[in-house]
Amino acid sequence: MKLHIPNSAFLGNIDPFIRSFEPAEPNKLEITFNEKWSSVHPLVLSMTAALGLAIKEKNGQINCHGTTAKSINYPCRMKLFEYLGVNPNIELEEHEPSGRFIPLTKITNGSEQTKFIEDLVPLLHTSASQADSIKYTISELVRNVLEHAESPMGAMVCAQYFKKSNRISIGVADTGIGIKESLSASHDVPSHGEAIKMALIPGITGKTSVPGGTGENAGAGLFFIKSIAKINRNFFVIYSGNSMYKLLKMQGDSRTTLFPDPNRDRHSLRQDLPDWQGTAVGVDISVSDNQDFAQLLGKIREVYSLGIKERKKLKKARFI
Amino acid sequence: MKNEITIKIYDEAGNFAENKDKARDIRLNKIFPALDAGDTVILDFSRVTSTTQSFIHALISDVIRKKGIDVLDNLLFKNCSDVVKEIIEIVVDYMQEPPEHLPNGIKKSLGK
Repeated sequence: MKLHIPNSAFLGNIDPFIRSFEPAEPNKLEITFNEKWSSVHPLVLSMTAALGLAIKEKNGQINCHGTTAKSINYPCRMKLFEYLGVNPNIELEEHEPSGRFIPLTKITNGSEQTKFIEDLVPLLHTSASQADSIKYTISELVRNVLEHAESPMGAMVCAQYFKKSNRISIGVADTGIGIKESLSASHDVPSHGEAIKMALIPGITGKTSVPGGTGENAGAGLFFIKSIAKINRNFFVIYSGNSMYKLLKMQGDSRTTLFPDPNRDRHSLRQDLPDWQGTAVGVDISVSDNQDFAQLLGKIREVYSLGIKERKKLKKARFI
Repeated sequence: MKNEITIKIYDEAGNFAENKDKARDIRLNKIFPALDAGDTVILDFSRVTSTTQSFIHALISDVIRKKGIDVLDNLLFKNCSDVVKEIIEIVVDYMQEPPEHLPNGIKKSLGK
């Protein structure tokens, strides 16, 4: 397998990075770096680390090329080389992580996830309400991996705060069975692209064909996360098999409308990409004092209930 | 005589209630037995600042499915933050009606 870490790959321009991935020879991983510098979305690092773990599990070989002090500064700080098991032999200055980044972390069970989220809060240096949507997003993305991916290495996750744009970027990747195979257990799924779109529709889960899901799974997690990104006018990317769905940024001051059908969102869908054995998700979340997570959830609730014809007949929860 | 059983979610799941394994344990070991005994269950969310839809779904969806929606007369929610309230309302709403927004192909495979 081959992977090239370019000097820039964020969700808006991540397509060349994805296309550079060569999945042939699954027991070998050749990683090349842009020699001048690299500044990439956490999704790139999570994917690279997840591939590295999969290769190590098979006692395969990992080689890195183009490693200079500038090119590997950021990947080193994010602990990429620790997960790859490769020593770049270059001295770097250690940085205090608080308030800037959450390095790569492997999560394989619910307890590790809970601890990761507890440790995450002080690193974010945000108010409690600002942290809500970030904790929510990471929790649901990692939980998806643990419950649906059948990935022995679990989930690789990392995040970065970007001061200039005042946003947190999050990347979660696994090398499990992928969305198409997961959904195929309960649904007729014609392609990876259709599988991704089905997974974004609230109420569809691979655990059952029954609408609304099981007692454990509602099939709503990805819809919520896509909605959080959309309301914040940010990118959301999901890549599995040969397909990638990208929620594009909303333009200007246009009113944000949420749709249960991902086809109605402004998006791109590529179905001719190198085959990713598993699932990778990247999302950007704005960190703003004006953003109220409860109000955001209220908008999601309106959409989720759009199809319910007789709302007045619904029984309400009793809050005391 | 009908008793009120209060379950403090913070004690089980912390201030960010996201662990579905904990939610399932609460549901199976505390909520169902209390309701089966004819008691009223109060889910007390004091000190829980936030939660996830997955957690609330794992906590109450199967209770509503198996006991019927009128179980909400005996399953009460106390000291909920705005975030917790919104998520409970989402789950309670969608447990009463199957999603109508599913594409035709999916509806067909679901037998709708």
